Amino acid sequence: MPSYELSHLRALEAEAVHIMREVAAERERPVLLFSGGKDSIVMLRLAEKAFRPARFPFPIMHIDTGHNFPEALEFRDRKVAELGERLIVASVQASIDTGRAVEETGPRASRNRLQTVTLLDAIAEHEFDAAFGGARRDEERARAKERVFSHRDEFGQWDPKNQRPELWSLYNGRVRKGEHLRVFPLSNWTELDVWQYIRAEDIEIPSLYYAHEREVFRRDGMLYAVNEFLPLQDGEEPFMAKVRFRTVGDMTGTASVESSAATVDDVIAEVAAARITERGATRGDDRFSDAAMEDRKKEGYF
Amino acid sequence: MDLLRFSTAGSVDDGKSTLIGRLLYDTKTIFEDQLDHVEQTSRRRGDAETNLALLTDGLRAEREQGITIDVAYRYFATPRRKFIIADTPGHVQYTRNMVTGASTANLALVLVDARKGLLEQSRRHAFIASLLRIPHVVVCVNKMDLVDWSEQRYEEIVADFKAFATKLEIPDISFIPVSALRGDNVVDKSTNMSWYGGTPLLYHLEHVHIASDRNLVDVRFPVQWVIRPHSSEHHDYRGYAGQVAGGTFHPGDEVVVLPSGMTTTIRGIDTYDGPVDEAFPPMSVTLLLDDDLDISRGDMICRVNNHATASQELEALVCWMIDKPLAPRSMYAIKHTTRSARAMVTDLRYQIDINSLHRDESATSLGLNDIGRVSLKTTQPLLHDAYSRNRMTGSFILIDEATNNTVGAGMLLGDRT
Repeated sequence: MPSYELSHLRALEAEAVHIMREVAAERERPVLLFSGGKDSIVMLRLAEKAFRPARFPFPIMHIDTGHNFPEALEFRDRKVAELGERLIVASVQASIDTGRAVEETGPRASRNRLQTVTLLDAIAEHEFDAAFGGARRDEERARAKERVFSHRDEFGQWDPKNQRPELWSLYNGRVRKGEHLRVFPLSNWTELDVWQYIRAEDIEIPSLYYAHEREVFRRDGMLYAVNEFLPLQDGEEPFMAKVRFRTVGDMTGTASVESSAATVDDVIAEVAAARITERGATRGDDRFSDAAMEDRKKEGYF
Repeated sequence: MDLLRFSTAGSVDDGKSTLIGRLLYDTKTIFEDQLDHVEQTSRRRGDAETNLALLTDGLRAEREQGITIDVAYRYFATPRRKFIIADTPGHVQYTRNMVTGASTANLALVLVDARKGLLEQSRRHAFIASLLRIPHVVVCVNKMDLVDWSEQRYEEIVADFKAFATKLEIPDISFIPVSALRGDNVVDKSTNMSWYGGTPLLYHLEHVHIASDRNLVDVRFPVQWVIRPHSSEHHDYRGYAGQVAGGTFHPGDEVVVLPSGMTTTIRGIDTYDGPVDEAFPPMSVTLLLDDDLDISRGDMICRVNNHATASQELEALVCWMIDKPLAPRSMYAIKHTTRSARAMVTDLRYQIDINSLHRDESATSLGLNDIGRVSLKTTQPLLHDAYSRNRMTGSFILIDEATNNTVGAGMLLGDRT
């Protein structure tokens, strides 16, 4: 007698595939937001699971800050070509050039918040009514409270106090014209689940995620890659270190951790033993305040 | 390693946050930066001890008011299992949040304060667990350290709970005496209660048998999405994608498609990773059929001799989720499996007092957090089973067509009685 047991990874996969198909069926113009990070790469695999042998019923969109790791861009273009899917690149630089967004100044300048402008403009321009994101509830406290189908009003705003109840696997996909949904198929995944899935599926991810020698400098206790977008401040000395990235975002906001994890198995062992969350360890953008993410999400951030 | 989803409910004083914090901490799930943050915030607020509720209270309003408003999802894993906790507030004004958290749970953790005994709140949680058909309930008799680890006190509470539970439908109830604060019987077996012969909570959570909770008898496949590649390579491919809601599917099985009633045979079960010999809940797969039938989203594939009921007149228990009350003759959008239609509430039979379980047949409307029995008439037949038989084919949501808000959660009863 078979046990009819599904492993936790296959149960999470089945849930995510169900979510993607619900969006495809109930919304007219979905889009999959792709950052080049491991979570969005897992999302591409889940989209293959949901829709192959047909093509994805939506394009892929990258919000390009212009401050990307070159490895991540190279990976993006190669991956999209392999999949044979459609890529839209929405540029933060273009938003700045047209005056839609204003570049921050000073040593802490970042384009992180500016992405919201570019993202909302692109959603409006293409009339997208649903956007898949790779965010997980274990990442951050505001995200822990967000629905899988998360409603955005015509200004792209999230209203955390007025969210639609979400029961069973019955998702409410209704929006009015001009509004949209953010949909998070990886809501119930943890960082460890994502890595275990990458191993189980043998998914290729950018080399940045594995330990490598890199010139870095220390800021706020975090190791940032030396790069043209982050001028060194007084007292900051570049040095070589063996590092890897736990998250891959903008070069100005994503720091690395010292690591010798060179393979998926090494990374899984490291993540399982980690005592600091991935965003706490490496994301300068979450350190502004107690509610940094909640505030940005209300404005329309990812 | 499989996946167990469990719900908790509770308020500030009953030790729920301490218990969850203990589970997370002892399974090394709380990270140092999270704990640092919580400790700092507790100090700033002047809390006497580190307030682990701050871990789950993710929204600014919740932290400011020191209350849990919404469902928070927390995750932890042991080498045996991955766990998803749906952590909900316990007061009656948050019944809808408890119902939401319970809707996906395999197990409900009900807390009883050993000093206070079985209060309204614990009874309410047990009732909601029963209503939402959570198959397993674990009653943690907490704060045993404050009753001198008394076996007699524990047995009194167990007896009270069992007496109350005769009015409910809970297939599996377990009782564990714990002290969340001291860690007794949470992860490790207590040395203070040698009279307790059972296992600690975490061991119980790791070993409770959940595979047979799914309905593997009634074959149900709501068609979610039709895969038609329109490519030269897959010119004739037509696959029916969806998540198995009941029973097991195999190539060669004879099936009936509802609502049309046409019969055909499963030619294959397709996945991205290739064909499989068997599909069961909650797998997401693609069915290939022998005949070219007109099948679309919202249809359901069943067995010829065991199929869902198709009906436009339905009886259900509904939990109401918004301020504007549900009143008879109101119209809503209804979503059931993958099918959307419109529904009119033709009758409100009674409201249930969720504390006393008393049925009030004089009720004329259901307000926020109220639960009642209604009659519905839908614009299309719903292909359904009783919720008690299958949670996936027996549940629905009601949506206000003006605001698009989800306003009600429903559980279908069997045939009209």
